[in-house]
Amino acid sequence: MTMETLQTKTPPHLPAQAGGLTGKQKQKIKLLLMISPFLVVTFVFYYLPLLGWSFAFMDYIPGVPIFEQQFVGLKYFRIIFSGGNDFLLVMKNTLSLSFLGLATAPIPVIFAIMLSEVRHSKLSKTIQTLTSIPNFISWILVYAIAFALFSSQEGMINKILLDWHVIDKPLEPLISSTYAWYFQILIGLWKGTGWGAIIYIAAIAGIDQEQYEAAEIDGAGRFRKIWHVTIPGILPTFFVLLLLAISNILSNGFEQYYVFQNAMNSNKLEVFDTYIYRMGIANAEYAFSTAMGIFKSVISIILLLSANSLSKAVRKESII
Amino acid sequence: MRIKQRDFLFQFINSGILIVFAFSCIYPFYYLIINSLSNPADAANGIYLFPKNITLVSYEHLAQIPSIYQSVFISLSRTVVGTVLTVFSCAFVGFLVSKKTMPGRKWIYRSIIFTMFFNSGLIPWYMLMKELHLKNSFLLYVLPSMISAFYIILVKTYIESLPAALEESAEMDGAGLTTVFFKIIMPLSMPIIACVAVFSAVNQWNSWADNYYLVSDSNLNTLQYLLYTNLQTNMANMMNATSGGSSVTSMASSVQVTAASIKQSMTVVTVLPILLVYPLMQRYFVRGLMLGAIKG
Repeated sequence: MTMETLQTKTPPHLPAQAGGLTGKQKQKIKLLLMISPFLVVTFVFYYLPLLGWSFAFMDYIPGVPIFEQQFVGLKYFRIIFSGGNDFLLVMKNTLSLSFLGLATAPIPVIFAIMLSEVRHSKLSKTIQTLTSIPNFISWILVYAIAFALFSSQEGMINKILLDWHVIDKPLEPLISSTYAWYFQILIGLWKGTGWGAIIYIAAIAGIDQEQYEAAEIDGAGRFRKIWHVTIPGILPTFFVLLLLAISNILSNGFEQYYVFQNAMNSNKLEVFDTYIYRMGIANAEYAFSTAMGIFKSVISIILLLSANSLSKAVRKESII
Repeated sequence: MRIKQRDFLFQFINSGILIVFAFSCIYPFYYLIINSLSNPADAANGIYLFPKNITLVSYEHLAQIPSIYQSVFISLSRTVVGTVLTVFSCAFVGFLVSKKTMPGRKWIYRSIIFTMFFNSGLIPWYMLMKELHLKNSFLLYVLPSMISAFYIILVKTYIESLPAALEESAEMDGAGLTTVFFKIIMPLSMPIIACVAVFSAVNQWNSWADNYYLVSDSNLNTLQYLLYTNLQTNMANMMNATSGGSSVTSMASSVQVTAASIKQSMTVVTVLPILLVYPLMQRYFVRGLMLGAIKG
């Protein structure tokens, strides 16, 4: 408000142009000119690819101009849902890993609460710093570390357990198909818990201290205070993140599961994101993979919008 | 008295669990470092706390791989160039959309935010990159990540919290938009700009999928990609050994040891920049995430 009124009073040493543009109009044009290169970049890298959705409806042959491709309608969507492919397996893996991920979503919350109970502030800072480091390394590095710890020949864990005669055959979590899901979830927790807790630590720090004092006067002990003050204080944050996670239920990411995949465990670790890569880029099944990508995006958007309206209805607050 | 005892017990157990978890987060890095610095033969028998017979032989072997220098160079340059581009464009766009006089401001901002929730998917993206001739081009690493809705939100929120009077007085004195941005907004927004810079640098350093999907020119390979191919070869060897069921002969095992130690030293080289930079930058991360969280 104040800014606009100021800008209408263009300083006298900046005369209006011959075209009769006022200073205000000139500034508007200038703003648009300045932002337009960035809007072009946004358009090119985020909106233009949407044209590629049309590949899903044609028998795409690389090299042939797009309007000369043969249009086949919903053929590829029918192929996907006919079940005559890996769709069910991929769906099962994707959903299982996502649900296990959702089931472990409270762990960063518990971690944050435990950390907030540490009275020694230097200790709690150090713990927080150390536990969030794994979040900042790539999945390839996580894999390299997992290899150093768990591989059957050079893995540290196996060496120790064999030396102590706890086991007499090396454990092979990296190539086991039986424990593949649980192993991945554990590794995900190792990587993400510390960082995931930061947002809850902030939420706990934001809780009014008077509430704790009031609870104490009412005779609440440590656990009662956590239950009646801390948890309600961070619940809204938890719900927002949970809803966002639910909308991403079919997109659990390419890198983790691709890096950890091998011939023995791929029947458990093939998820939509890795499958789309394998079919689309490695096998050049462009139409089929694009159709699968559309399916995934549409489900995510539907889930996000329903989560949003649910949040609006329940908490009177929208998340997007 | 009893209450005090119970409190002590709680603190003890609670901190104990947390310390064990913190240890498990940091020890693997330490383990890799001491192993890569030890004599490979000793490392093969297990070294857990202190390096044994310290030697740089693994690193010397690593230095003999010719492609490693090129990939370190590529990883470093994509990190520097990518970060500068991302920081500049996100900060500038964040500044521009904070201007109330921008025509269609709401729609422009929304169209950027929308990209956070909506994604065309891998294949259309891949085809477009090919169409734009970004396949086998260094620009592939730095151009598509230039605009990030999340960083723009962070910067815009921060700029809007700054006192408007400073900007107004500069404008009264006849300063143009760019002058205001570089002389006033940038210096005042240093905390959030540092946060965006560190986020984006870590991202660039860790990226390898674009390399994997679209780059076949080995001169453009990143360090992460090199490590990945190395690990895959190792995994294949291990799977063969396992399924063959053959015990590894002493000859073969000495070769294995070298492969293992090279791999470990390569992992250390790849992870070291993060380990060194992270403790210094942590406060910026945390601050940035909090700002994002308020908005998100």
